[in-house]
Amino acid sequence: MPAVTYIPSPVSDNLIEIRDLSFAYRERPVLKDINLTARRGQVIAIMGISGGGKTTLLRLIGGALRPTTGVLKVDGVDMSRLDQDGLYRLRRRMGMLFQFGALFTDLSVFDNVAFPLREHTDLPEEMIRDLVLMKLNAVGLRGAHELMPAELSGGMARRVALARAIALEPSLILYDEPFAGLDPISLGVTGNLIRRLTDTLGVTSIVVTHDIQESLRMVDYVYFVSAGVIAAQGTPDQLRASVEPFVHQFVHGQEEGPVPFHYPAQPYADELELAA
Amino acid sequence: MMHSLLLSLRGIGAHVIDGVWRLGLAMRFFSMTLLHSGQSFRRFHLIIREIFSSGVLSLIIILVSGLFVGMVLGLQGYETLRTYGSEEALGILVALSLVRELGPVVAALLFASRAGSAITAEIGLMKATEQLAAMEMMAVDPIARVVAPRFWGAVISMPILAALFSAMGILGGYLVGVMLIGIDSGAFWSQMQAAVDFREDILNGVLKSFVFGIAVTVIALFEGYDAPPTAEGVSRATTRTVVTSSLAILGLDFILTAFMFRGV
Amino acid sequence: MQRATLDLWVGIFVVAGIAALLFLALKVGNMSGFDSATSYMVKAEFDNIGGLKPRAPIKSAGVVVGRVSNIGFDAKTYAATVSMKIDSRYRFPKDTGASIMTSGLLGEQYIALEAGGDSKMLAEGDTLKLTQSAVVLENLIGQFLAGKADGEAKSTGPAKAEKGI
Repeated sequence: MPAVTYIPSPVSDNLIEIRDLSFAYRERPVLKDINLTARRGQVIAIMGISGGGKTTLLRLIGGALRPTTGVLKVDGVDMSRLDQDGLYRLRRRMGMLFQFGALFTDLSVFDNVAFPLREHTDLPEEMIRDLVLMKLNAVGLRGAHELMPAELSGGMARRVALARAIALEPSLILYDEPFAGLDPISLGVTGNLIRRLTDTLGVTSIVVTHDIQESLRMVDYVYFVSAGVIAAQGTPDQLRASVEPFVHQFVHGQEEGPVPFHYPAQPYADELELAA
Repeated sequence: MMHSLLLSLRGIGAHVIDGVWRLGLAMRFFSMTLLHSGQSFRRFHLIIREIFSSGVLSLIIILVSGLFVGMVLGLQGYETLRTYGSEEALGILVALSLVRELGPVVAALLFASRAGSAITAEIGLMKATEQLAAMEMMAVDPIARVVAPRFWGAVISMPILAALFSAMGILGGYLVGVMLIGIDSGAFWSQMQAAVDFREDILNGVLKSFVFGIAVTVIALFEGYDAPPTAEGVSRATTRTVVTSSLAILGLDFILTAFMFRGV
Repeated sequence: MQRATLDLWVGIFVVAGIAALLFLALKVGNMSGFDSATSYMVKAEFDNIGGLKPRAPIKSAGVVVGRVSNIGFDAKTYAATVSMKIDSRYRFPKDTGASIMTSGLLGEQYIALEAGGDSKMLAEGDTLKLTQSAVVLENLIGQFLAGKADGEAKSTGPAKAEKGI
């Protein structure tokens, strides 16, 4: 199969198209028959319980993994047929926010945001300075540009990482658990920021999260991934009204339901040898 | 009985296969590093930064250790040589043991525990905190941007540190032998000069330290890059770097010595 | 840290390393610059080289003027061929003699050059005609013992004869 390089095709309205995608890690199937589309300018949430395969899905979209079968198109390009150069060229139009920011610990906040600009452009230093300060201003941290990552709180680090992710003005931003471990204020700030950046930059955002309340507040469409398949999907309003047991349990955070609290085990009484 | 024997045999086999497998991975990693080195030479400040962190920051421990090793050589060598009435040969003993063996080997061992472990910990942490994955998502190859500059920085630093170690050691031997014990300064230096050959002894020593530098750095980088992305994984990898590279230094030293000084 | 400070430190580090290497080369070692550019090669055949090794010094009047570069064996004459590199600053006459000597009683062996009186000088690739092999200690002891036995036979012989009278 010849490797194709990346050619943007703005004709399609769907930035991401996934059809009948399956993925197995070695022999172990992780995802089965996934169908997913994301239109330009939308915020899409991929939700589910921990270990359900949603981070794997995000890594597939980012090109860090290759689907075992099925089609995955980003901006009209079939990801499974890209070579290394084509993938890197496509990734310059992607930004990714990692769970804990993944800032470069040996670089200052300013240099972190400047990193993709310095690596991929030949802009003069004054212009890089202006661009970096603009991106930092967008996340409200222009005043912190001289700090080192170790001096930032968790929420601030994630905002700096967001500024870094949008430095090259991507058309797709991937968020891996952006709300994990944030206090309620930072959580609301981050949620609003994702929505605002999506709207003002005209990008598509894919958010992997298990924070149901924050997500239902700000996203356009939700996919539930459970045990490797898409268990449910819909707009936030549809999901709130859903009577499907899995969605109901998830949205309302109930202990018992299709997802059991107990890990499979032999009967309690047997284990404690109370039967005899 | 038979069964436990079989089990332990199987254990040995698994260890050997695992070792060979890791050696192959390390070799592939090494060739990838060499292949992606062009970019770091075009952006030489990246290498300078790494010369600073592996070379300049190891300077104190190398200089102080070199001085003390030389002083101990001076004392011990004097005690032994005196029984044969040839105290003046102290210069030869100190200089030859340092430039041929102790300089390259001890400097490399210190380098492995100071700079090698730091490289492993740094890369392992970058992996554990997803910094390497983030770089890859930004379409920047971590081998070219993170690994290759560290490789060249450390490989350039190692012979410099070994030369400084030997020079400091000889000064230490001079301090003890001439200043403290009172051997004739002229005899100390001239006997040394008559016995130490620039090409045979000094350049071979430099070559040794260069080889050790490559071995230590490849091991340190590979262990860090290959470490499980957890706190425990990184700390184990750091320990393994020191152990493996120390063994590699001593083993390589034997091979190199056998080839270099065989005919003399 | 600032780029400039970093550069300064690395600069100091590299200069210190070069200084250490220069110290080792000039003060510790003998920068034996007998390269092909600054030296010339002559050969000599010896019946026995004893314990001579490559890199052994070549001395004239006690001063080191070169080094042994290679030792071979000539299968036709059954003699050892020794190649010597001599510093081009020192020229020797064609009829210079070479002998293998030992420094001290048990020290290392070297080649001593005894300058002759020829007006032509040695050039690259010439062979020294006058050579004197190494003195092998065992032979020396053997000769000494034989000489002693002879001497005893001579000195005791007449005594016996006298006694017989």
